[in-house]
Amino acid sequence: MLENILRTLPQVLFDGITLGTVYAVIALGYTMVYGILKLINFAHGEIFMTGAFIGTAILLAFSSLGWIGTLPIIILVLVAMFLTAGVTGAIGVGIERIAYRPLRKAPKLIALISAIGISFLLQDLVRFTTEFANDGNFYLIGPELFKSNINVPLSKMASFLSDASFKTSFLFVLVTAVALMIILDVFVNKTKWGMAMRAVAQDRDTAALMGVNVNKTISLTFFIGSALGGATGVLFAVQYGTIDPYIGFILGLKAFTAAVLGGIGNIRGAVLGGLIIGVVEMFAAANLSTLTNHVIGAEYKDVFAFIILILVLLFKPEGLLGKALHEKV
Amino acid sequence: MPMLQIKDLGKNFAGIQALKDVSLSVEPNSITAFIGPNGAGKTTLFNMITGVYPPSTGEILLEGKSLLGCKPDEISRRGIARTFQNIRLFSKMTVFENVLVGCHNQLKTNVLTAVLGLPFTKKEENIAEKEAYKLLQFVGLAESLNEEAGNLSYGNQRKLEIARALATKPRILLLDEPAAGMNPRETRELTDLILKIRDEFKLTLILIEHDMKLVMKLSEHIIVLDHGEKIAEGNSHDIQNNPKVIEAYLGTGAVAK
Repeated sequence: MLENILRTLPQVLFDGITLGTVYAVIALGYTMVYGILKLINFAHGEIFMTGAFIGTAILLAFSSLGWIGTLPIIILVLVAMFLTAGVTGAIGVGIERIAYRPLRKAPKLIALISAIGISFLLQDLVRFTTEFANDGNFYLIGPELFKSNINVPLSKMASFLSDASFKTSFLFVLVTAVALMIILDVFVNKTKWGMAMRAVAQDRDTAALMGVNVNKTISLTFFIGSALGGATGVLFAVQYGTIDPYIGFILGLKAFTAAVLGGIGNIRGAVLGGLIIGVVEMFAAANLSTLTNHVIGAEYKDVFAFIILILVLLFKPEGLLGKALHEKV
Repeated sequence: MPMLQIKDLGKNFAGIQALKDVSLSVEPNSITAFIGPNGAGKTTLFNMITGVYPPSTGEILLEGKSLLGCKPDEISRRGIARTFQNIRLFSKMTVFENVLVGCHNQLKTNVLTAVLGLPFTKKEENIAEKEAYKLLQFVGLAESLNEEAGNLSYGNQRKLEIARALATKPRILLLDEPAAGMNPRETRELTDLILKIRDEFKLTLILIEHDMKLVMKLSEHIIVLDHGEKIAEGNSHDIQNNPKVIEAYLGTGAVAK
């Protein structure tokens, strides 16, 4: 049995890390907004989903213009991601302005309900638009962009491993997601506005007294988080092909879990949490039925991820990279 | 023209009159002290000058222009900076980063260029970093550059707050109990630092302080508040001999009848 698990481990890691980077980028959106507003922006999963639809629509438009096949696919996807990021970023800013800012002084629970409301609104809006444009179907199938597979002949290197293979798009998703995270990290740690974001997250009133425009900083946070979420939606659509208006819910929950696992409010923690959940989920999907002698099937993989979450939080409630709060007496 | 002018300023908090008809003016390049027993309304006055909350009545003028309706960040941009009675540093950021936040408004980069052109903003960030380093040298914290602000000693945290406030390039600097919790040696250093700030940065300084030695040594003008009202003003000699002031501090019995 162990031999079998080891044999498939490289493939599990490839798949898990790729899925994990998708979770990680979405988790960034949750963690940034939480850091600055102490608000769980439940609409963020729907921003991701909206991004997937906008991106697919753009790619379908490229396809009908006959550009796919004539222009380099990577460029086309990057253009679609860039445009989508702009639109979802603007949607994020709009949501904050309309649904959260007026409630900033209200109890946090009120804003949370508002976020859930926005979630449903976005789901239905996207569903309606898609049905309207797509002959009554609410799911959308994007153009197939990456057809080739990359094979890694691991069995030649070590006889106890079996070969791994992945679609070219996996590599694209992985590289792009990592690039997005590096850019964000540099932005937050090295630039004036990143500094302002961290200052507002720590102490909003003092930051204002030091001349930081708090509203602008919060808008910027929403823009970046939502732009990243939307761009990841495009990556997801490219990777998995078919999308529907409900993909944001479960993916959003898992990304949120990743953010909590890593320590909510902590950007690097979100990345770590995303990777762990991605790998654990893929590991469970591949091995759950072997491990339990076919009693529990691969479809229980999500339970596995959440058990890990609960275990970690039992022993380290602040999350893996979160800082423990010591109450002063 | 006075640097700062306050006219009939009042503040009510849910029926409690924290400040009542306070009028005063502060001359450019001077050092003024607000003194008074606890609860006299000194910090309330600072909070209104910096826009933390709006006055209930009256007006605040910076070089003749009203500050009413301005948000704290606008007031900061117009040239008023402050420190806090209970230290409010960004304790999880480094010493250097704290000062850089103060430099925020000296940088032109707006949100859009920051998002679109990461590399192009680099040059400006460098200027801010040099500026921040100079300020840390000035207050004597250059060696602690990369330490987390929360780990500094109490006295050094107060100095860092001053450096951060100076980074906003103020024309008026408000210091809220800068010597609180300092030992005598630190207080002496602080006194020198405050004089150096006034002379090198050509600033107008206003301080709230309970350490009377420091107040008498530094201030050219002293304003005494009690129960939200201004009860006296003048130079240190006038204040020390004012029966109303002695009464406020020591009670009615202290004044020989």
